[in-house]
Amino acid sequence: MLKHIDEYRDKALVETLVRTIKATVSRKWTLMEICGGQTHSIMRYGLQELLPNEISLIHGPGCPVCVTPVELIDRAVELGRRPEVILVSFGDMLRVPGSHEDLLSVKAKGGAIRMVYAPLDALDIAERNPEKEVVFFGVGFETTAPAVALAIKQARHRALENFSVLVSHVLVPPAIQALLEDRQNQIDGFLAAGHVCAIMGTQEYIPLASKYKIPIVVTGFEPVDILLGIHKCINMLEQKRSGVENAYARSVRPEGNPAAQELLREVFVRVDRKWRGIGAIPGSGLGLSDAYLKYDATLKFKLQSVGTEEPELCMAGEILTGRKKPSQCPAFGTRCKPEKPLGAPMVSTEGACSAYYRYKKQTP
Amino acid sequence: MCLAVPGKILSIDLSKPELKMARVQFGEAIREICIQWVDGVEIGDYILAHVGTALSKIDEADALFTLDALREMGAPELDP
Ligand code: SF4
Repeated sequence: MLKHIDEYRDKALVETLVRTIKATVSRKWTLMEICGGQTHSIMRYGLQELLPNEISLIHGPGCPVCVTPVELIDRAVELGRRPEVILVSFGDMLRVPGSHEDLLSVKAKGGAIRMVYAPLDALDIAERNPEKEVVFFGVGFETTAPAVALAIKQARHRALENFSVLVSHVLVPPAIQALLEDRQNQIDGFLAAGHVCAIMGTQEYIPLASKYKIPIVVTGFEPVDILLGIHKCINMLEQKRSGVENAYARSVRPEGNPAAQELLREVFVRVDRKWRGIGAIPGSGLGLSDAYLKYDATLKFKLQSVGTEEPELCMAGEILTGRKKPSQCPAFGTRCKPEKPLGAPMVSTEGACSAYYRYKKQTP
Repeated sequence: MCLAVPGKILSIDLSKPELKMARVQFGEAIREICIQWVDGVEIGDYILAHVGTALSKIDEADALFTLDALREMGAPELDP
């Protein structure tokens, strides 16, 4: 039974929402959905095509795999090559190109690279392989960071000495702020990422909405959820209102998940972080707090910063900030395809380039 | 990456206080999910799960309320 999925894919409800949005909109508006999962739903269900021409959807930086800096991929590759290390990661990370190599090719050459569904699974690997060092490549937004924090805390609880984490977590609100600080930005309203808000709640978005006088609507992932988010956002814009509204109330409470937030505060601290293609954003990442520094793989293995190279052809930065659509990239679908990606947005199932390739293939 | 899916709680294991777990059904598949951070979940409740952890409990009343409100919106006066 797919309760809460089928219902929110209901065709009649989709039609009702589209009709209502058409009746509300009076001028051009550009909305940015933050999350790559939403980008995928939009492409998969052809939602842009259902909407009136006045509304254009642009795609935001919400693909953690895509924004992981090359430097961290290179560090993961370096760790994966060491004979004493088992590098554990989410499957999406394996094909993201580093400067010279991706993790999959390290694996093909005999590197011990393992994929897991849950960070907790990495602890079991560490327990079963006491002679090896197990490093978990921790990637993801506020949605994923608590699960990694939980694994780190459990590692301490189980006194596992051979477990550490390469931390590459990123935070959404500082990225929204960076996009809005760019005076050239075209964004009239945001669809905020529902699953990030399930953890963090809506508090952090209120000052952003008021400072930049913009509507931010917490939005889910099914077609009905996304159209409901668009509907609320367009309503606010037409009524010249800014602020934060919730179109995903079944899963997101205004306060979020306080226990998970508490765990994040215990295990992590905010750090500056470079986003692939975008550059450094102050306070936009997580690093380990003093109490958990011994689990920091960068310190444990004394990894050095190395000069990194972005593939020249890839315009991931413009894609991730919504300035260009994937089909405007000259390499799209020719030199860059999911089988042979030049940049991360073509690799990850949540990257905008991969979404366009999969569901659209031709020009916009 | 932030993909999270609704699942139904089949059983709850409270034997480890620092790691409350549940068996959760997602369509055909059943997985062990950590429910440490979601308060007051019971067998039969739906949770939203992501990389082995429950992000939040799905509020059935809200889920139905939204659907009902949308069906209302589809009422004849809105038809073109
Ligand atoms: S299509 Fe490929 S090369 Fe172009 S921006 Fe996307 S990932 Fe980069």
